[in-house]
Amino acid sequence: MNNYKHMETTKNLKESKQHCFSRHRIPSGCAVFGIVNESGKTFNGSMVLDGISMMHERSNGLGGGFAAYGIYPQFKEDWAFHIFYDGSISKSQTEDVLKENFKIIFYEEIPTKNKSFVKDPPNMYRYFLKLKNNFVDSGANKKKIDTDSRIDKDIIKEKEEDFIVDLVMKVNSNIKGAYIISSGKNMGIFKGIGYPEDIGQFYKIDDYSAYLWTSHGRFPTNSVGWWGGAHPFGLLNWSVVHNGEISSYGANKRFVDGFGYECTLSTDTEVVTYLFDLLVRKQKIDLSIIHLILASPLWEEIKKMPEDKREILKAFRIIYSGALMNGPFSIIAANSDFMYALNDRIKLRPMVAAKKGNFLFVSSEEAAIRKVCSSPDILWHPRGGEPVIGVVNKQNIKNK
Amino acid sequence: MALKLAQSEFEIERDSQKCISCQVCVRQCSNDVHEYDSDEDIIYSDNDKCVGCHRCENLCPTGAIKIKEKEAEFKKNYNWTSSHLRNIYKQADSGGIILTGMGCDKPYPVYWDHILFNAAQVTNPSIDPLREPMEIKTFIGRKPDKLNMEISKDKNGNTKIKLKTKIPPQLELSTPIMFSAMSYGSISFNACMSLAAAASKFGTFYNTGEGGLHEDLYGFVNNTIVQVASGRFGVDKNYLNKAAAVEIKIGQGAKPGIGGHLPGEKVTRDVSRTRMIPKGTDALSPAPHHDIYSIEDLSQLIYALKEATDYKKPVGVKISAVHNVAPIASGIVRAGADFITIDGFRGGTGAAPLVIRDNVGIPIELALASVDRRLREEGIRHKVSIIVAGSIRSSSDVIKAIALGADAAYIGTAALVAMGCHLCQKCYTGKCNWGIATQDPYLTKRLNPEIGTRRLLNLLHSWSLEKKEMLGGAGINAIESLKGSREHLRGIDLSEKELAILGIKHAGEAW
Repeated sequence: MNNYKHMETTKNLKESKQHCFSRHRIPSGCAVFGIVNESGKTFNGSMVLDGISMMHERSNGLGGGFAAYGIYPQFKEDWAFHIFYDGSISKSQTEDVLKENFKIIFYEEIPTKNKSFVKDPPNMYRYFLKLKNNFVDSGANKKKIDTDSRIDKDIIKEKEEDFIVDLVMKVNSNIKGAYIISSGKNMGIFKGIGYPEDIGQFYKIDDYSAYLWTSHGRFPTNSVGWWGGAHPFGLLNWSVVHNGEISSYGANKRFVDGFGYECTLSTDTEVVTYLFDLLVRKQKIDLSIIHLILASPLWEEIKKMPEDKREILKAFRIIYSGALMNGPFSIIAANSDFMYALNDRIKLRPMVAAKKGNFLFVSSEEAAIRKVCSSPDILWHPRGGEPVIGVVNKQNIKNK
Repeated sequence: MALKLAQSEFEIERDSQKCISCQVCVRQCSNDVHEYDSDEDIIYSDNDKCVGCHRCENLCPTGAIKIKEKEAEFKKNYNWTSSHLRNIYKQADSGGIILTGMGCDKPYPVYWDHILFNAAQVTNPSIDPLREPMEIKTFIGRKPDKLNMEISKDKNGNTKIKLKTKIPPQLELSTPIMFSAMSYGSISFNACMSLAAAASKFGTFYNTGEGGLHEDLYGFVNNTIVQVASGRFGVDKNYLNKAAAVEIKIGQGAKPGIGGHLPGEKVTRDVSRTRMIPKGTDALSPAPHHDIYSIEDLSQLIYALKEATDYKKPVGVKISAVHNVAPIASGIVRAGADFITIDGFRGGTGAAPLVIRDNVGIPIELALASVDRRLREEGIRHKVSIIVAGSIRSSSDVIKAIALGADAAYIGTAALVAMGCHLCQKCYTGKCNWGIATQDPYLTKRLNPEIGTRRLLNLLHSWSLEKKEMLGGAGINAIESLKGSREHLRGIDLSEKELAILGIKHAGEAW
């Protein structure tokens, strides 16, 4: 029986990967929910689980997941990889790649509960890794690197991150049956096929403490689901959960493609993640103005703005026309510094936000927020294209 | 009477009961088809002279005239078609090259008609353009990789953005359609005036072609693209600066690889002034530019023009769609062009050898798809705007072109048709009965520039409305989100190879 089950899993992961690589896009409706404690105080996963469970009707059991930040304080300087395997071959192939490039500080099977909650989970492991190459030698055009200088540190950090992006993309597209689902530091993604409440219990997420949680319940329009295809989508510290269908997918894909991001999964979340990575991490565009690119104001609004602002908005639309996201979406993107929620510019998908003390909540439905916080200080429905940003005070995290 | 082997193409039917011998047809026909016999009070028509422009039929007050294509003039033969026979007879008569006008009319596949557009259902709501804004504003010009900016907070905590990157010059189009290059000389002043005024009123651009710029059109400077072609007619610093952009013409879709010839009869006083050549002399455009024999020469001309215009205007290059168009386009981007115009083999012309028009070049759909792919593969697509031309016949052709990767489309023939052209393909004779492709004052006054302008505005308006409907139906409210989104297209009745070149799936295949 066990054997049989294992074969099933193997088949599923392989098929679904091929399925995805054949560039099928699966539109889906969804529930999204995110909580951040802006003072950096951690709290366990039961709150997020409670919230997302309220929106059971918005998913259909074909995908659920969570992203959690601050969960691995003992390994906070190490790359934390969560990896799905379909069997031992893909595992050993992937581990060869890891060993070649990293010092493996620690690794283990991701702890899970009773498998009755879910169907056919793949084998899942997490690794805590230190890069062998420190990028000091190759940094900053061979000039002498001052490891204390902020600029040089940034260069080294960016090189390291580029290397990770490259490695993750290579493993995910080249090693059959292996899929890296999260690749950040002091964060992790837990996801799979099932309702989010089942997935949450399966991964025992109330055992983890994080200062930022996002979650997702999926309602895809196809019947085939695969564990790696569930949300959140992750890359480096990024995680993205998304409700909607991006009708500008082709244009966005072309845009990130021009900067070397290969969209192998053909999912909206993938391209959204790359857009964030490109604009925020690579091009260093301030978070507070990203929405002016991703969900730019309409021309008729731009027309009414004062001239200096108008010229800037016009420049955004000219240069970043390929980064404009069109069609219905409500997304929550997060990394270790912030949670960022955004609706499409004519608000074709629901999104509610609320604050209570240091907590910021973003949800597809108000009910989920009310479930975990019955009397928020403020609760509002962000307008289309108006971001909700919760910035984490990292100082507090360091001091802890 | 000399031996006459070629037979007439058209047959003129006159209903004698309806005809009132008013002689409108006699006066309207510049080809002298109709002749009034005052003794008998009857009008005779000569089928041989008819070009099929339908002017008389349209203007006959009693509807007495019908122009019909003549059937079965030769014994039916699928190999030796009547057009082959007619051409051979003509050549045996004259010993010359057969000339023609407008675009190729041969039944090559029209790929636009084998491409279907998408619409949103359930998972993605369609957007109603009558209720929601639908944005089709388009920018033509070079785009930098990124914007550098300085972000600061003012004392009220508001974010202040200061751009540090200088945006290269851009053309701002209220709709992704412009009027193709058509020279003063090949078309009448009134036609040029109509194009210029319509472009200006609608917020788009017209192109002077290679015929220089008439002084009376200087006022449309903000909506004018001037062309620099191999003949360099009318080109001086003033000309370059009386425009919003400059286009170097290397080739034309209807006649790739060859130059142009405006016969001396068309070089009237005004045309001679505008082109800066003596009155009555033939205006010959050489096949190549005599200072461009390689891509680096082209680069020099691009930068010479940028210098002359102080880097304030986009400088583009127009090429015809030929087999090697993708690498050529790549070279042009690297040579510094801000936009590339690709003219497909079905594009129109005022005069071209028939053999060239009907046999040289490739369809714009395939050329566009492969240029866009090549530039993307090389990571330089965003550096340049692509304008397509060469038989864009409807708003859906424009939408499909944009989804295939174009930034905007040029329309030439469609604009002429809007002004009355009936595609008789005799532009090179200078006898256009519709007053468009002629310099004969008796004929040119038939096109009232105010009416021409209004009709062109109506065309732009209706196509723009239709595009908005199609965009909204697909759940998109900004045209830039459609650009290059080939996922929105499906092929029908196409081979694997054709689909692969177009980069689209076959109808019936989901995402």
